[in-house]
Amino acid sequence: MPDKFDCIVVGAGPAGIACAYELAKAGANVMLMERGEYPGSKNVMGGVLYRKMMEDIIPDFYKEAPLERPIVEQRFMMMDKESALTFGYKGLEWAQEPYNNFTVLRAKFDQWFAQKAVEQGALLVCETVALECITEGERVVGVRTDRPDGDVYADVVVLCDGVNSLLAKSLGFHREFKPDEVALATMEILKLDKAVIEDRFNLEENQGCTIELFGDATKGILGTGFLYTNKDTLSLGVGTLLSGLIKHKLKPYELLEYVKTHPMIRKLIQGAEPQEYLAHLIPEGGYHSMPRIVGNGVLVAGDAAQLVNAIHREGSNMAMTSGRIAAETVLLAKAAGDFSERTLGHYREKLMAGFVGQDLKKYKDSTHHFDKFPQYFEQYIPMMSRAASQMFTVDGKSKWEKQKQIWRDLGTAKQKLKIARDLYRAWKVIK
Amino acid sequence: MTSAGNKGQSIEEKQYLLRFNADTKSHLTVMDADVCLTSCPDKICTIFCPAEVYKWEDIRMHVGYEGCHECGSCRIGCPHQNIKWEYPKGGHGIVFRLG
Repeated sequence: MPDKFDCIVVGAGPAGIACAYELAKAGANVMLMERGEYPGSKNVMGGVLYRKMMEDIIPDFYKEAPLERPIVEQRFMMMDKESALTFGYKGLEWAQEPYNNFTVLRAKFDQWFAQKAVEQGALLVCETVALECITEGERVVGVRTDRPDGDVYADVVVLCDGVNSLLAKSLGFHREFKPDEVALATMEILKLDKAVIEDRFNLEENQGCTIELFGDATKGILGTGFLYTNKDTLSLGVGTLLSGLIKHKLKPYELLEYVKTHPMIRKLIQGAEPQEYLAHLIPEGGYHSMPRIVGNGVLVAGDAAQLVNAIHREGSNMAMTSGRIAAETVLLAKAAGDFSERTLGHYREKLMAGFVGQDLKKYKDSTHHFDKFPQYFEQYIPMMSRAASQMFTVDGKSKWEKQKQIWRDLGTAKQKLKIARDLYRAWKVIK
Repeated sequence: MTSAGNKGQSIEEKQYLLRFNADTKSHLTVMDADVCLTSCPDKICTIFCPAEVYKWEDIRMHVGYEGCHECGSCRIGCPHQNIKWEYPKGGHGIVFRLG
């Protein structure tokens, strides 16, 4: 093992592996450090991986990567206790190359992706915890690990250590997060016969479907549920802000059971056998919660940099892109022989100018807004469901009468004004 | 009830689906046991922890770190910042096989 690396990447998730892959490919001397038994053993996500950002790193990856199903349909269910208003899009252009996105199981995918980085020449070291950054004055020069004689040195350390990012915190790049900046998601992988999945979800072979669940799936708390099709399993999960669970004194696994037994979901998963139960935090504070992501000799990427677009359930794509840009930045710095914050600042500029920064900015106030005003999830989503029920129930009343009834159900003039104001405010935070 | 959901309903059954390589030493520490006893009527960690790691036993908090998912919720959610949270030793703790 060399005394010093060009770069140490902490954490083998989408950000870290992308970074290590790109660096190794360019001939840099890179160590990829992972605390788990293997890459993916600590990693959890609902399961949607976006093709574009992965292909920016490995073209045609989908021809050999362990993917579950390409997604051809995305459904959205606005749920009440015994009803759901459903809409979605299905398009066969997503069933063929170049595809839009895929479901994946992270433990399988991350192992494959990390192996690709190793093939490029990265040194993968598992079962090793990065305890702290080694600093010289203001400059990060390496990582202290929990191995005997475990100090390793590098020109740059890239922190891809996930949502908790203890290392970025220990550098003072962010304070401790608050319960309204993170969502706690729990999910289950449920085994179900391949043919049954395809019949139940109206899919051909090698096609997949995602269903996002709003409203009663989280008992009105800010968050979403999801049901994704894998090859011969389903991923069913639910995530809400940690602050929501605290406020409502709700056990996350009981909420998961609530979704599993919900009359709108129950039959879709009938007979499916639980294979694994997983819990994980998702950084949802968005732009305002982003830590400092560049320092002397150090960069922060992926969940550790809070790069998640909760509104569009995107995160792994942002992680990969941030890892890729971090690698590009390290190479630039290496060429210049300067690893100061000034040179590494390229990372922040490029990241924030691209889709990652732009989308984070676009939705910067959304989580906070929907958390502060719970009526959207508590009242308006069920209201939409009731209006649909009114309109589609044929009972001899004229459609004009029905429209009047729906209008009356919205409440007094004052309540209607409040709804109008809320809709305007919602539009403002997502426009 | 149909067969769906019959298995893995309770948290004990859910946890049984998992593989752990538990360390002999806890990576989770309640820093001041008195805070739990005297200043924390809700003991909310016993509610929101997704693995029911925290269980109140009459006068003390029992920390079943062996079943921890290492999510970080307790560190962030403890109203008294009374939990010291570290990663388990390299290669130890939860081992996800799928998700």
